Amino acid sequence: MPMVLELRGISKSFPGVLANDAIDLSVEKGKILALLGENGAGKTTLMNILYGLYKPDKGQILINGEEVAIHSPSDAIAHGIGMVHQHFMLIPVMTATENVMLGVEPVRNGIFLDKTKVAKRIREISKQYNLEVDPDAYIGELPVGAQQRVEIIKVLYRQAEILILDEPTAVLTPQEVEGLFKVLRFLVADGKSIIFITHKLKEVLAVADRIMVLRGGQVVGTVDAKEASQEKLASMMVGREVNLVVKKKPATPKGAVLNVKDLYVRDERQNLTVNGASFDVRAGEVLGVAGVQGNGQTELVYALTGLCPVVSGKISIMDKPVYHSSPRNVLERGVAHVPEDRQRHGLILPFPVHDNMVLCTYYQPPFAKGVALQQKTIIETSEKLADQFDVRTPNVFVPVSTLSGGNQQKVIVAREFSRPIKLLIASQPTRGLDVGSIEYIHSRIIEKRDEGTAVLLVSPELDEIIALSDRIAVMYKGQIVEILSAEKINKAYLGLLMAGVKPYEALETVPATIQETEVERVF
Amino acid sequence: MENKTALNSGKATNMRSRLTLGIVLIAIGLLIVLLFGLGLQAGMKSTFGLSPLDDKYVIPIPALVLPAQPAIYILALIAVFAGAWQLARGTRSSTALVGVVAFCFVSSFLIWATKGKSMDLVGTMNTSLVRATPIALAALCGVISERAAVVNIAIEGIMLVSAMTSVIAATVAHNLYIGLLAGILTGMIIAALHAILVIQFRVDQIISGVAINIIGTGISSFISKRFMQANIDQLNNSGIFPNIPIPFVVKIPILGPVLFENNFIVYIMLILVAIIYVLLFYTPWGLRTRAVGEHPKAADTLGINVYLTRYVNVILGGLIAGIGGAYFTIGSVGRFEKLMTAGKGFIGLAAMIFGNWNPIGALGSSLIFGFADSLQVKMQILETPIPSEFLQMAPYIVTIIVLAGVVGRVHPPAADGTPYEKQ
Amino acid sequence: MKGKAAKPQAETPLPKAASKTKGKLGVNSKILQTLLIPALAVFTSFIIGSIVIVISNKAAITTYRNFFSAPGAAFMATWNAIFTAYGALFYGSFGSIPELFQGIKAYFATGDTKPLILAIYPFTESLATVTPYILAGLAVAVGFKCGLFNIGAEGQFGIGALCSAFVGYSIKGLPWYLHLPLALLAGAVGGAIWGAIPGYLKGLTGAHEVVNTIMMNYISFRLSDWLLNGPMKATGYRPVTPVIENSAMLPRFFPDPLRFNWGFFLALAVTVFVYWFLFKTTIGFEIRTVGANPAGARYAGMSVVRNFVIAMTLSGALAGLAGATQVLGIDHWVGQGFSAGYGFDSIAIALLGQSHPVGVVLAALLWGTLRSGATRMQSLAGVPIEIISLIQGLVIVFVAAPAVIRWIYRIRAIGAEQIILTRGWGG
Repeated sequence: MPMVLELRGISKSFPGVLANDAIDLSVEKGKILALLGENGAGKTTLMNILYGLYKPDKGQILINGEEVAIHSPSDAIAHGIGMVHQHFMLIPVMTATENVMLGVEPVRNGIFLDKTKVAKRIREISKQYNLEVDPDAYIGELPVGAQQRVEIIKVLYRQAEILILDEPTAVLTPQEVEGLFKVLRFLVADGKSIIFITHKLKEVLAVADRIMVLRGGQVVGTVDAKEASQEKLASMMVGREVNLVVKKKPATPKGAVLNVKDLYVRDERQNLTVNGASFDVRAGEVLGVAGVQGNGQTELVYALTGLCPVVSGKISIMDKPVYHSSPRNVLERGVAHVPEDRQRHGLILPFPVHDNMVLCTYYQPPFAKGVALQQKTIIETSEKLADQFDVRTPNVFVPVSTLSGGNQQKVIVAREFSRPIKLLIASQPTRGLDVGSIEYIHSRIIEKRDEGTAVLLVSPELDEIIALSDRIAVMYKGQIVEILSAEKINKAYLGLLMAGVKPYEALETVPATIQETEVERVF
Repeated sequence: MENKTALNSGKATNMRSRLTLGIVLIAIGLLIVLLFGLGLQAGMKSTFGLSPLDDKYVIPIPALVLPAQPAIYILALIAVFAGAWQLARGTRSSTALVGVVAFCFVSSFLIWATKGKSMDLVGTMNTSLVRATPIALAALCGVISERAAVVNIAIEGIMLVSAMTSVIAATVAHNLYIGLLAGILTGMIIAALHAILVIQFRVDQIISGVAINIIGTGISSFISKRFMQANIDQLNNSGIFPNIPIPFVVKIPILGPVLFENNFIVYIMLILVAIIYVLLFYTPWGLRTRAVGEHPKAADTLGINVYLTRYVNVILGGLIAGIGGAYFTIGSVGRFEKLMTAGKGFIGLAAMIFGNWNPIGALGSSLIFGFADSLQVKMQILETPIPSEFLQMAPYIVTIIVLAGVVGRVHPPAADGTPYEKQ
Repeated sequence: MKGKAAKPQAETPLPKAASKTKGKLGVNSKILQTLLIPALAVFTSFIIGSIVIVISNKAAITTYRNFFSAPGAAFMATWNAIFTAYGALFYGSFGSIPELFQGIKAYFATGDTKPLILAIYPFTESLATVTPYILAGLAVAVGFKCGLFNIGAEGQFGIGALCSAFVGYSIKGLPWYLHLPLALLAGAVGGAIWGAIPGYLKGLTGAHEVVNTIMMNYISFRLSDWLLNGPMKATGYRPVTPVIENSAMLPRFFPDPLRFNWGFFLALAVTVFVYWFLFKTTIGFEIRTVGANPAGARYAGMSVVRNFVIAMTLSGALAGLAGATQVLGIDHWVGQGFSAGYGFDSIAIALLGQSHPVGVVLAALLWGTLRSGATRMQSLAGVPIEIISLIQGLVIVFVAAPAVIRWIYRIRAIGAEQIILTRGWGG
């Protein structure tokens, strides 16, 4: 019986980068293939080729044994391929029905949209595969998990037989991930085939039948899930032994540096995104804020750094209130901020490296005398910093846009860490970076913490939080649910808290701390 | 989904903005008393004619006569009350309150200007609609284009050149409809140029628009100077579309003379507003257009051709702008003069923004601007003691005020202005 | 820990990296291309302009009627039309060498300066015309640097002219070293206010400056109409201001009718100031940062609103100063339509000069000379002056879309060149 899907010798290069190098891939009908690899390994590129968004330089695509030509998403859809992208392809101001019917709209009387027909079909699919969704809801008002369900329904509405899911669990709580895996089980039982892209080792072992590892655009190997282990997969992904844990000494925290009490913050739609948060961060410790993206962490950080106004509540740094402050004011209090969106907020991409190095300090001596900039000092300092912080760049005059993501982040780190700071706020500091850069930045953060800086770490990557933090605060719907010590913390417990379960309820199902980690298989 | 939290640059918190608005509204109420109410002789009456005197069709109804001073004071009171309400309680729809106060202010102004005399109110309303027509057509062009996320600043240039070509074609062919067709074709061609520059060559959309405006101004003035001024009868004398009363409905008091006794282009404009509204919100074309404007990548992944959609929309917009341009010549004065569009293309863009990128909203806003425009002529007739030049500034000042007030309350298509890059 | 990290990998495909291959014209250096593209843009625009000239030339058109029987005549007529037009343009801009020699000869022979003066008149007139263009171009360039599109330069120019004229004719008995700076300052302040209003509106409400500055233009036209027909009217019938006092005039170097004046060097000095301001000061750094990435600028602690206002105010001040130099240096009075054309011209100059002060000066030199010569072209060759607007618009298109030029002339791209201004309507 032929494979339902086969890719033979797919190659694709972009200027300067060979994204896919003669890749062979095959999927059996009714099975789940996991595509595993670091960021930049070429997984998304490969799937975009399959879905018709990119044209391969070489190679063939076969469906049920026959070669097909896929030049656009319409072709892919026609061949029964459906893709759920990592960043949802949904239009927030439209309803679920409108999003699902886009491009294949049924019409009444020749030209008018027939929304009732589509809504009916959506309800049918919902029931069949356990994908609960309200067809008339506006996407912008749906929680992320529901949005993902709409994306899956979109794909099934077009009668996809082969589903591609790109990093589907990035925005889900551990419990929602289990819900998704259940849905996948329904789909597979119905004869659908699934390709599942991820960089998370534990999930892969939990759900896949076969696992294919990509590295640097090439296939490193394909294993059956039964024969794989986390360590083996990790080294296949990276090519060497990888430290899954960050080595650090125990923390010796001193007095509180940051004090947040009953903080309320609204977003631009006037929703209360931070809903009464209270916590403090002490000098010499790392407080990690765990939570699924979208529970107010972003707005919390903006409020702390003066980037958005506060409705009510108290923020004090070193016992001095920082309420309604401008970002500059906050900076001058000794706060460093590594932003979530490094290219939009952390850097001025068209500007040279040296300008970016002094982005926060350009107006202070020695970089400026009055209004006059001291170019020589700026350049000298930048060169020193680039050396100190391992920024790989030909010189400090090139635009910072030419640097790789890891080096761009190091520029930001160099800039922020070289100031005398009391509080470091790091928001998703290692998103999208290669392993080497991740290790580097983790170690610098711990270094700062050992020097006595208070560190507030915000990240949706639970593993990063657990590895780096001394204490962990779980954030759910704008509130801090609980703050606990990170020692021997039970990830499942955190997962429940992140999903909104109250601590005492969660404790009935799982302990808060554990002795060893375990891997759970869903089926 | 990307987290698109905007960074508020210190926008006032809810409380502060409520207070500010309340105080502003009360201040306007007091201003009404100060400017218009005081110093009026008691017993002065303002008469507003509700049936045009020379109209043969409509059923005549008596004029509205208001005692000037009391009426103004009442309006001022309403405004102050609205402001106090906002101050104390605040409302969900502060826009409605602002609308009410604006109405009070404008009405007071009219009553004051008409004191002791009479003004043909229905005629003014009709003029407002007529003056609003090119603005509304410009706004519709903008709506269609921007709903697919292409900013089209070139509307002014398109209208100017279309005005010229339509009058030339109409004069040469002795046929107004041929002129209209020429205007439409011109609009489509220039819009296609803008589309090519912006979609194919990824030129910044505003720069392209400004460049087209400059070229359009240059070409039309050049041709006007070089060819048309010397040959008026051969090239620049087309006559205009006559007013066509629509039987039965034209007899309705007030509405009849205002809506149903206009020329071809005005009717087309009204029909287009309705058609585009339906198309945009109830057909697949509209759904896809809006999708392309909000999230082109999403539309692309569903097989919709983003580039084609944008081309089609921009060119359709050009069609409408061509009609708008034709209005200036064959719909209004029958000849072309340099720079005769006088910024109506830009005011149309403001109307589009104020109307929240919705055809019916755009019509509403255009009527407001048309009203401001028709007022300044009326005021000169009424010998209001304001210099005519200041009255002529009115539409432009209104535009600025409107824009300042609405930004943040209206929602442009999310991808508006950004070119689409396929890998 | 400066670990030996694995080779950093790109997360996303790199943007079109610098391609070092040579295009068909062997262009492989960035500086060359920075100069080449604008040069080709101007050249191509003139070619297209020449087509329009030919089409509008009666004599040439008649020869085309008999194209197939007498093609030579058609070519001759075409060449004639273009040559006459552009020749008149060149003559109007620079004068002619023979006349110059004659003038020098006459001077040394008889001490009569008149022929010499007439010979250098076109050239000095060009320089005099360039002066306000430098300043107006700088105005738009400063706006661009902050990501703002100041289409209001024309209105700011006009208001500046009126303000400086007012100080110029209404204050009497002041010595020149007080009166002149005061008048110049008045022009700058008037323009600054006219620019600050849309800047402030943009900063506070986010209302797009394109529509607002255009509205301010129209308001300024009406305002000047009223002023020139009313409060600022000189005695007589024409809507013009009185002539300014001698103490407010920018001194000239040569006797009448040569109008070349100190304004030119003032403009150059201002250029140096703008360069220093943009690239060597903290405020300039902030303005450029806001223009490059407003979100990042906020993050770095800069106030976006403050910088919008500063940039628009400076921009308006420069445009107002341009108007002032025109009044105080050239015309000495203000009439209707005084500022016509400066708005769009300055946009073309700023774009052509890539928003860099030095580039603006070069572009202004080109533009001023062209404008100056165009009046001659109109009177000598009968080509309406509006052709310049057409050429101008084309230049803008070509400079803003280097891709078009590259496509026509088959040149490869090097690095990112796009100027991005559109950021939506601020909703």
